[in-house]
Amino acid sequence: MSAPVPLDLLVIGAGPAGARAALRARSCGLSVLLVDENPGAGGQVWRPLPAAFERRGDAPPSPEARDGDALRHELRRSGVKSLFGHKVWNIGSDLRTDVIGPDGSRSWHPRALLVATGTTERVVPFPGWTLPGVIGLAAATILLKSQNMLPGRRTVVAGSGPLLLAVANGILKAGGEVAAVVDIASRGEWLRTLPSLTGRPDLVWQGMQWQWRLRAAGVPVLYRHAVRAVESAGNGFGVRIGPVDASGRPLERAGVERVWQADAVAVGHGLVPGTDVTRLLRARHRFVRERGGWIAQADADGRTSVPGLYIAGDGAGIAGAAAAGAHGEIAALACALDLGVLDAGTHARLRAPLASQWARSARFGHAMAGLMALRAGAVAGIAADTVVCRCEDVTRAQIDAAVREGARDVNQLKAWTRCGMGPCQGRTCGDVAGALVAAQVGGREAAGFFTGRAPLRPVSLAEVAGEYTYADIPIPKAAPL
Amino acid sequence: MTTDHPSFPIPLRSDAAVQRGAALRFFMDGEPVEAFAGESVAAALMAAGRRTLRHSPRDGAPRGAFCLMGSCQECLVWIGTRKQPSCQVAVAAGLEVESLPWREARA
Repeated sequence: MSAPVPLDLLVIGAGPAGARAALRARSCGLSVLLVDENPGAGGQVWRPLPAAFERRGDAPPSPEARDGDALRHELRRSGVKSLFGHKVWNIGSDLRTDVIGPDGSRSWHPRALLVATGTTERVVPFPGWTLPGVIGLAAATILLKSQNMLPGRRTVVAGSGPLLLAVANGILKAGGEVAAVVDIASRGEWLRTLPSLTGRPDLVWQGMQWQWRLRAAGVPVLYRHAVRAVESAGNGFGVRIGPVDASGRPLERAGVERVWQADAVAVGHGLVPGTDVTRLLRARHRFVRERGGWIAQADADGRTSVPGLYIAGDGAGIAGAAAAGAHGEIAALACALDLGVLDAGTHARLRAPLASQWARSARFGHAMAGLMALRAGAVAGIAADTVVCRCEDVTRAQIDAAVREGARDVNQLKAWTRCGMGPCQGRTCGDVAGALVAAQVGGREAAGFFTGRAPLRPVSLAEVAGEYTYADIPIPKAAPL
Repeated sequence: MTTDHPSFPIPLRSDAAVQRGAALRFFMDGEPVEAFAGESVAAALMAAGRRTLRHSPRDGAPRGAFCLMGSCQECLVWIGTRKQPSCQVAVAAGLEVESLPWREARA
């Protein structure tokens, strides 16, 4: 095992925030390493085509594909050292970062660490959400945009937020069938986001195109509805869909529920900022529902409560891809200032245009984040026997029982029920489990969040240990008798 | 290969916008699966109609790919000596993939 390699800045995550941060930091003269577990830069929003795929000449690239390709081109020409297909699995309190790749584990010792790990998708559980063939909305976008594959022949697209329209349109474009679009939000809620589109004719145009394509294909759009259950039926699924109130709570009236036939379901209820790293490093966090949930406390430049630790992008509170790029650059400038390679005057001059760019872009992102925020009634309406923690098969009833019997926060819940203790480490269930506990203990702050633990991703001991001889094992001298 | 959805395999691949990589064959639980270079193991298995990859630890309920971005760990399979999320591994000619239940049954 070799000693950690020193460098100025290590950036985790090569989406819009992380990649732009790395580019900006490099241009300020910092030595930069950019690490991402995916095979290329772009994150989920600008996820590249697989290298073995080729875009057809007659198919115009989408705006997202164009932006992603431009970013990847710029990264290749920059002096940023990138490690793709590598996972950060541990970080010490001195910011020593352990990275695992095909050749085993290596360590870096950066002076500053910038976390741009984006979000994970939240799904409010319902009976049948664990069935194979039920996937996340974000998963469906990856299938459609990168793999160029449909989730099924006939798909129910359900949940909340802009991914609903994006996925439904992607399916139609790829030649699939959309059984229905099921949206927790009302049409009025969507209309109220319109002012945030001021100055973004491109987004208005895209939204209109999406609506037209759905209408032309005769796809029913059910506002203020939600999936109540998915059941195996013949060769596919019966998807039970019913109306909800503004809080997402199922409305119980006779005859309001209908069963739709489909062979796939893509469902997602918004995005949750990824806080694995900031929780691991014990940064202070705050709960901001309309920005996605728990986020590390940070100033406008991404400085967290831990010296040398910065955050940027949707992982710092959901504001969308366009804002994330500007936010990444702002955080990179803060790193450069704090590490002494930028004087205050230059910093202020470079920062100003980025700040106004961020403010312009974040308006729309914040409006979308509001649509995607977790609704209390949806959580309250989760049926007792529904699995909430997929890894460990922990049901809502078991969570409620643990809290009734004295679990005061999510970490006690975890110790008592194993909720959030499985291989996903609570990334999938953490936000909903927190909301269930919060409903009984007096709020999200009281319920808390799962304590961050290494490894951040599952790793095998063999990979971590790597090649070593017994002489490498440090054996401390025994205490004198 | 055995499919858990009899209506599959159905044409889930959309080639309107892209030219896929070269056709190849890998193995899932000893049975050949046709796929194209660039596809993830998880996506190729979905396209082949193989949705169930493992069973949950307590209830034994069927599970398959869910997040497709390496977070949820639902699509874990054995590839060589390592358990890996199949959504994070690209197919390759001759690649031998084994589901957790398959390897367990043969142990």
